[in-house]
Amino acid sequence: MKRMIKLLFASLVALCFTACAIVIDGEEKTTSKKVESTGNIGLSISTLNNPFFVTLVEGAKKAAADMKLQLTVVDAGDDVAKQASDIEDLVSKNVSVLIVNAVDSDALTSAVKVALSKGVKVIAVDRAINGVDVDCQIASDNVAGAEMATQYIVDKLGEGVVTAELQGTLGSSAAIDRGKGFHNIADKKLKVAASQTANFNRAEGMSVMENMLQARGNIAAVFAANDEMALGAVEASSGAGKKVMVVGFDATDDAIAAIKAGRMAATIAQQPALIGETAVKTASEIVNGKTVEKNIPVKVTLVTAENAGK
Amino acid sequence: MKKENKNIGAFLSEYGVFIALAILVVIISAISPEFRQPGNFLNLLRQASFNGLIAFGMTCVILSGGIDLSVGSTFALSAIVCAEMIGHGVPVIVAVPVALLVGVALGLISGLLVTKGRLQPFIATLITMTAYRGLAMILTDGKPISRLAESSGDSLLFKAMGKGNFIFTFAPDFKIPIPIIILVVVFAIMYFVLKHTVFGRRLYATGSNAKCAALTGVNINRVKMSVYAVSGFLSALAGLIMISRVDSAQPIMGSGYELDAIAAVALGGTSMNGGRGRIAGTIAGVLIIAVLNNGLNILGVTSYYQSVVKALVILVAVLSDRKR
Repeated sequence: MKRMIKLLFASLVALCFTACAIVIDGEEKTTSKKVESTGNIGLSISTLNNPFFVTLVEGAKKAAADMKLQLTVVDAGDDVAKQASDIEDLVSKNVSVLIVNAVDSDALTSAVKVALSKGVKVIAVDRAINGVDVDCQIASDNVAGAEMATQYIVDKLGEGVVTAELQGTLGSSAAIDRGKGFHNIADKKLKVAASQTANFNRAEGMSVMENMLQARGNIAAVFAANDEMALGAVEASSGAGKKVMVVGFDATDDAIAAIKAGRMAATIAQQPALIGETAVKTASEIVNGKTVEKNIPVKVTLVTAENAGK
Repeated sequence: MKKENKNIGAFLSEYGVFIALAILVVIISAISPEFRQPGNFLNLLRQASFNGLIAFGMTCVILSGGIDLSVGSTFALSAIVCAEMIGHGVPVIVAVPVALLVGVALGLISGLLVTKGRLQPFIATLITMTAYRGLAMILTDGKPISRLAESSGDSLLFKAMGKGNFIFTFAPDFKIPIPIIILVVVFAIMYFVLKHTVFGRRLYATGSNAKCAALTGVNINRVKMSVYAVSGFLSALAGLIMISRVDSAQPIMGSGYELDAIAAVALGGTSMNGGRGRIAGTIAGVLIIAVLNNGLNILGVTSYYQSVVKALVILVAVLSDRKR
């Protein structure tokens, strides 16, 4: 008996050395068997513990119900490992289109590659998925948002006023797009006195704005690429005893309160429900065999004292 | 300790968790054709391997009469040490063993607090859990370390740990994910150690009555140090598989994993007071949790309800497994 087991074990080891190989998920040369299209849609959301994403899911669910599509939503709870498992589960469920809102842009590459290799179409929403070529990317239109905010300065103070820009963390996509939107309008209609980064940070926004006011006392308006920096700029200008029109981005609770109190002029709100709705509509177009745009920007809205808190 | 009465109660207490697992699989398979595909079972087993490895270590600690709350933090901290090393160009062949040793060292610190520090295991590992999580945050500045496969020079060893599949060249479609193989190997070792070695007997003796064990010549401090070291090692191993799989290490990874591991051990019929339990029960407990996570996702149950359903199933399984 012992000899039999030894023999079996030895032959197994021999087999392993001669006839075995290791393949890495998502790197196989031949694509896996494609599954038949079910027309079902899966949505993997980063977290349902944040009102922004809860609203996004609600928008997606409403659109799916209106179009009588089957939508399965899974919640990763901000855990990348859970999200990788969630995506595998959705692929097991034979979804035709996978809508992914990544917890971390860099951590989903292999899970998404495997899904794509099985013929599942992938839409990234709100956050990009790095290292893979997804079928469609849907996010808020940061360029249009910044244009809107800048246009608001023009509308309120007139053309040619002296304006400063507080840029976001250099190199981040939000900073690049929002800066681009600002310059699209400002370079033609405003006098840009200074453009400096404050890294999306309130304290930095305050000190950068203080320095700008020291150097250029005649600044009449500021565009900040997010509300945190905008609120810093509000503190700096009121500290310096100057009346400066401050426009931000993101519509955070603090910013809306500041707008209501008349300390800040305006901010830009993303529309999570519309993002969810757009994602499901795009998914249904893909299911019906239509080709879709690689990048779909979603409209944003301007929040001012008139509509703040609605 | 052995059960003499062969009535239904004893049968349930012996096999309750396996019956619960079977019932669960049958029910979800009946409702969902997607769940019962073979590919999904492999998928599910791979998902179970992380909690499985951690729960094996947890089983040892609980058998010794302790508990280890630091597993999730150890999982993260060892994985981050590995990721940092890879990021700084240390070869994977060095980084992986070093990270596993870090896991052992982190476990030994918990063990020292319990034995030499005479702290209750709950408190001792609550301290290490908090400290290790903080260290993970400090090492990474709170940010994820990404694109590890790239920094490792596309190392096959690194990628294989989490993303690899074992195949026979004559049947390339039959793929066994490497994490499942690791899980099975560790299970076999643990089963052997607990059942057939002196250390296994000392461990049960320490857990059922530490004073008696000490009087019969068992060095209970050494047993306790060993179980925390094993727990640290297996948590680190699970962490390394995880960063290979998602190609990124986050400082917050593994938070809450101690609860899933404890739930699996409890489901498996191991007594929380120590001294009684089996590693086979733990694997069944791990599978119940994995089937629930995967099955409820596939059935499309809203995540808010998933937690409640999970709690109910664990409650029912634990009640049915109770010693009469």
